[in-house]
Amino acid sequence: MTLLTVRGLSAFYGDFQALFDISLDVTEGETVAVIGANGAGKTTFLRALAGALPVPRGAVQFAGRQVGGRPAHALVDLGIVLVPEGRKIFPSLSVRENLQIGAYRRRAGPWTLDRVYRTFPVLGERREQPGTNLSGGEQQMLAIGRGLMANPRLLLMDEISLGLAPVVVQHLYEVLGTVNTEGTTLLVVEQDVSQVLAVAHRVYCFRKGTVALEGVAGHLTREQIFAAYFGA
Amino acid sequence: MVWIDTIVQGILLGGLYALFATGLSLIFGVMRLVNLAHGDFSILAAFIAVFAVQSLGLNPLVALLLVAPVMATVGYGLQRLVLNRLLGRGILPAVLVTFGLSIVIQNGLLETFSADSRRLNPGGIETASVSLGGGLAVGAFPLLTFAVAVLLLVGLQILIGRSAIGRAFRAASDDGATAALMGIDNGRLYGLAMALSLAIVAVAGIFLGIRTTFTFSSGPDRLLFAFEAVIIGGLGSLWGTLAGGVILGVAQTIGARLSPGWGVLTGHLVFLAVLLLRPSGLFAKSRRVD
Amino acid sequence: MIAPATLEVARTTPASRAGVVGAAVVVAGLVAVPWLGDAGLMRAIVEFIALLVLAQMWNLLAGYAGLVSIGQQAYVGLGGYALIVLADDLGVDPFLAVPLAGLAAAGFALPTAALVFRFRDAYFAVGTWAVAEVYRLLVANTDALGRGTGRTLKAVFPLARETREGVTYAIAVTVGVAAVVVVYLYLRSRLGLGLMAVRDSEPASASLGVDVFRTKLAVYVVAAFGTGTTGALLYLNLLRISPDAAFSINWTAYTIFIVVIGGLGTLEGPIVGTVVFFLLRQLLADYGAWYMILLGSLAVLAMMRYPRGLWGLVADRWDLHFFPVQRRVRRDVERAAVEKGRA
Repeated sequence: MTLLTVRGLSAFYGDFQALFDISLDVTEGETVAVIGANGAGKTTFLRALAGALPVPRGAVQFAGRQVGGRPAHALVDLGIVLVPEGRKIFPSLSVRENLQIGAYRRRAGPWTLDRVYRTFPVLGERREQPGTNLSGGEQQMLAIGRGLMANPRLLLMDEISLGLAPVVVQHLYEVLGTVNTEGTTLLVVEQDVSQVLAVAHRVYCFRKGTVALEGVAGHLTREQIFAAYFGA
Repeated sequence: MVWIDTIVQGILLGGLYALFATGLSLIFGVMRLVNLAHGDFSILAAFIAVFAVQSLGLNPLVALLLVAPVMATVGYGLQRLVLNRLLGRGILPAVLVTFGLSIVIQNGLLETFSADSRRLNPGGIETASVSLGGGLAVGAFPLLTFAVAVLLLVGLQILIGRSAIGRAFRAASDDGATAALMGIDNGRLYGLAMALSLAIVAVAGIFLGIRTTFTFSSGPDRLLFAFEAVIIGGLGSLWGTLAGGVILGVAQTIGARLSPGWGVLTGHLVFLAVLLLRPSGLFAKSRRVD
Repeated sequence: MIAPATLEVARTTPASRAGVVGAAVVVAGLVAVPWLGDAGLMRAIVEFIALLVLAQMWNLLAGYAGLVSIGQQAYVGLGGYALIVLADDLGVDPFLAVPLAGLAAAGFALPTAALVFRFRDAYFAVGTWAVAEVYRLLVANTDALGRGTGRTLKAVFPLARETREGVTYAIAVTVGVAAVVVVYLYLRSRLGLGLMAVRDSEPASASLGVDVFRTKLAVYVVAAFGTGTTGALLYLNLLRISPDAAFSINWTAYTIFIVVIGGLGTLEGPIVGTVVFFLLRQLLADYGAWYMILLGSLAVLAMMRYPRGLWGLVADRWDLHFFPVQRRVRRDVERAAVEKGRA
């Protein structure tokens, strides 16, 4: 079934328009990738979906309901969870507490502290340390773990590969692959195009705030992607 | 000997100041708001206690159990209906609105209760004294005040350090926008923080009213002392706030012993000295730069 | 070929021209008042002007420099006491002592700024208040200044009452007009532009070469001078000074309410606000504290719903600026048409 339907989504930062009439669909159980150059509007798009930006009511439908304009905390209740760009780990909270705060809304589901520790053992080892004491890769695991603790139906991820070694990124995507297989729908914004195309079912390419290309991951050619990415 | 007695009195006074300072520090930490009517709310609580004592014949310490929840509700309402709308508009609106509230509360108290000075009478405990050994005796009530302050601080520490709400307070104080993405309803959270702040300051106000006389205009000085205690102690640490209160209390009592008109002034001067020499406070643990 | 319309940076509008005429009429009226021989009216006008200047100074600090101070009463008190010391103790002519007292107040502003500029935002506000309290307590503990009871200005006793009241009035009108004119000219100048840039964004203005610290310090000291002069004027009028009255937070309360209700960040706002303040005080004279409760509530309401104040509502509705400070970019449509005709 279609989990997420976006129609005619425009977004503004003050007078500056960042998104122009975006339309996009995500089926439950899919992994959808959103790629594009810097400034294309990908992060703005995820933030709009997560409730961090004002959005018209009908522009976003989730599981059959119109959710545009609802505040971020209400969207977490519905199962829309964002792993934000830059991780945004809370410095005043330990690793364990960062994970616990992910479960603030106490949504039912399989994810618990123990399960996160099993998935990312390094988090278990460092559980009482301040969240920001971890390395970049470990913080990304923490951010993802925190997102998972909310037992999301739709997990939005913003540039999780930024600044990380390829081997770490690969491990993260393996975990995400399992998460997806177990039923969580993923919407992934990525700079690392090849990595994300390997795991995604479908791809959208953004350019200058619009959708420049959409299609099934395996069916798009390099040339098509290149053209959509940079504009030819 | 006189000096030890003075210092001990100052330490105990510091407990009261810490009570005033804690609420202020909490809301600044969680939502970067300085409530200029903070002191006036404590005096409002004291006057409500006066009313409860007069009309219901209650002991002020018992009235406290009624007044604190009332003030908590006032705080929650104030935050959700008025102050939440001002956040994110820069500091000017919040400063001006809480300043305006301060003036309105003071004048409201003046109209309702006249300019007479009041005092709350708990039936004897305020004159009792406790011997600490070695010939040193302290007032039972200041000792009780200090004990209550420490207890409340311990309770608050546990709340902030171990509960879900406490985690939410800390997360919101680190990064309000991301806290919202975690599912935290910031509007409600700020309301709870303000409720807690006013409940604590109500306790402070009633203890003050037992200890000394007060009038409708006693509020602003409380705010000032609370502010000074927070700055001396440094942001981000509850125990730092207690230390700040104690240092301020000791400075004031020593100053008053040196010359009667110099008590409060000595406190101000110590505050300014800390500001000059260690602007971030003596025990700051804050991760943010103010 | 259509020539591009030329863009012109201009400031005068029909409203501003009307404003200059209106201001001239008001000043002429003020000058004529002493001939009416109404001492009560003259005293009221002196008070009005005093509050207006205090409001203009606070507006300059908060509305233009972004410095929200709740400690300006320090300079009211310092100016008032400086007047007494200069006139009674040092034998300076009491009328000359008014601007000199302002300078004295400005002198105190420098060390004060050294302290309070360490704070930002709300902490700056409370810090200014703490310093004002220090000044109050220091004065209240000084024998030579009369301690808590205060002092009386004796240097004017030899003068006839009409003379004293007349000269006080003249000084008040001069100070009032000067304050408005100086603030207006300053804001219109390059320096004023720098100030408004600092208010809007410190990092941006710093990157454009504006010395942020110097600018704020200059404004703070100038405001102290204006406030101190006003303090001296107030106590020249009242003759009796005490620390609790002179350093009272009420000066700041009145000022803030006037500016917020009238309109922060405009020159017309404080004028409108002072008028409203006086009207309300007259209306509610018999109701004691209700007057302050109403004023405070209006200020809270204004800050929440109408942040640009009464004048802001008027100015936005009818695009009226009697004392325009902004520069407008105007398309010179007429010139473009002429160019087009030539092409």
